[in-house]
Amino acid sequence: MKLLKCVVRPNALEKVKEALSGLGVMGMTVSEVKGFGRQKGHKELYRGAEYTIDFTPKIEIEVVVGDDLAEQCVDAVCKAAQTGQIGDGKIFMVPVDEVVRIRTGETGDAAI
Amino acid sequence: MRRLSAVHESRLAPIIGFCCLAMPVAAGADELNSGDTAWMLTATALVLFMTLPGLALFYGGLVRAKNVLSVLMQCFVSACAMSIVWIGWGYSLAFDTTGMKGGTMNLNSFVGGLGKFFLAGVGVDSMTGTIPESVFITFQMTFAIITPALIAGAFAERMKFSAMLLFSILWSTIVYAPVCHMAWSGAGGFFWDLDVLDFAGGTVVHINAGIAALVAAIMIGKREGFGQVPLPPHSLTITVIGAAMLWVGWFGFNAGSAVAANGAAGMAMLVTQIATAIAALTWMAIEWIKHGKPSVLGIVTGAVAGLVAITPASGSVGPLGALAIGFASGLCCFWGATSLKQKLGYDDSLDAFGVHGIGGIVGAILTGVFASESFGGLGLAKESIAEQVGVQVVSVAFTVVYSGLLSFVILKVVDVVVGLRVNNDDESQGLDLALHSEQGYNMEF
Repeated sequence: MKLLKCVVRPNALEKVKEALSGLGVMGMTVSEVKGFGRQKGHKELYRGAEYTIDFTPKIEIEVVVGDDLAEQCVDAVCKAAQTGQIGDGKIFMVPVDEVVRIRTGETGDAAI
Repeated sequence: MRRLSAVHESRLAPIIGFCCLAMPVAAGADELNSGDTAWMLTATALVLFMTLPGLALFYGGLVRAKNVLSVLMQCFVSACAMSIVWIGWGYSLAFDTTGMKGGTMNLNSFVGGLGKFFLAGVGVDSMTGTIPESVFITFQMTFAIITPALIAGAFAERMKFSAMLLFSILWSTIVYAPVCHMAWSGAGGFFWDLDVLDFAGGTVVHINAGIAALVAAIMIGKREGFGQVPLPPHSLTITVIGAAMLWVGWFGFNAGSAVAANGAAGMAMLVTQIATAIAALTWMAIEWIKHGKPSVLGIVTGAVAGLVAITPASGSVGPLGALAIGFASGLCCFWGATSLKQKLGYDDSLDAFGVHGIGGIVGAILTGVFASESFGGLGLAKESIAEQVGVQVVSVAFTVVYSGLLSFVILKVVDVVVGLRVNNDDESQGLDLALHSEQGYNMEF
């Protein structure tokens, strides 16, 4: 099993969700996050006081999938979230040792 | 307040209709005018609306989310505490006319007596001009409420609540009430006898509060992280709502200062609108040219700058003067709130001095120019523009020195008694939690 942490533009969330659902992904966790990579932040100006805001708002989608589905999911997220401009985000793939469904105690692929 | 010299009255009588001055001297001498009374009841509510919720929201949006309640609280408590101070002794110190005589300078030229201590002698039939004295007291009370609340912009996000409360009570007693007396209590008052034109409170409200704000900002020191980390407004949406309420409420402030429903009130309303609009556009244009984009905070701050500057002038200038004063105020307050503040390095957090101090001074001095009939004004109280500007400058300088010195002394005393500033931990936690055990926004579930 793999954990995909997909950091994307906030307005890409809907398309990413639909793309993943289309592949049969049954659940995901979404967080509002801030950060920077190559895309730097922006400047804000209040009555002459200029502030550089380094961190840009992003959405992080965490989804756990079976090994067989992982590559397809990565492709789908890339396709859904890509604009070609700096700031499209990143996907981190992490191996997952175990998944437990709390309600039933099921484990492994059955719990995803 | 209606401020007309004898010369002035005869000149204006045919134009705006004679209306009795807001002078307790004349109390009882006039018949109650229900039109005037109805308007003044309305105007009073409008001016209270400027503080609650207008100013509270205007300031509240400008601070960080962790301090929003502290600012709302300061405005709210000001409304409550100043009401009691005003009926207790403030009104008496401001409007008791015992010992006053036109052309004679004595102690009562500067401060009223205690003849109206706890509103002694004020009943349902007491009159001030053509309106019940009860209405006049409440109308003036709303001015006494907003003035110390304005100062709160300077020390936002770091002053102890107890210090703010004590300061406001002392300041309204020792600074506000006397300056109000000098300008508006009638013949024998210091500014009144100088023929100073201050219709709705350039010296009394804005310069008074603006200078106190500057002194307070310097004495309490900068906010933690000022100039190093961003301290951005947490909700400009709230600030815009507050500014819009200030604008609406200001019609009560300026047009209500005619203390009558007459031509002077109408003209005050018109010039208020004109000056506000042009000042807002001026600020917007400067930012657009200088920074490439017009900002929302810029246009609303410009509007407040225009409202401030037209305040002393609103009873004596015409539309042309309003355009000029609004434009000058937009320009000068922009400089005050941006360049001057950065150059001198004080942390007037919400620009109480930059807008109210500078705007008040610009308005008070230019009133001496644009009240002239040659600029479409309603007429000077002195013979020439130079003489009128001269007395306007004297009133400004006196207010700057008086408010500056006494605000300094009061802040020193408050510092010794309760301490001005919260400790570093409380400041970084935010005043809402540290001082009130509450949060403005409980977004967690």
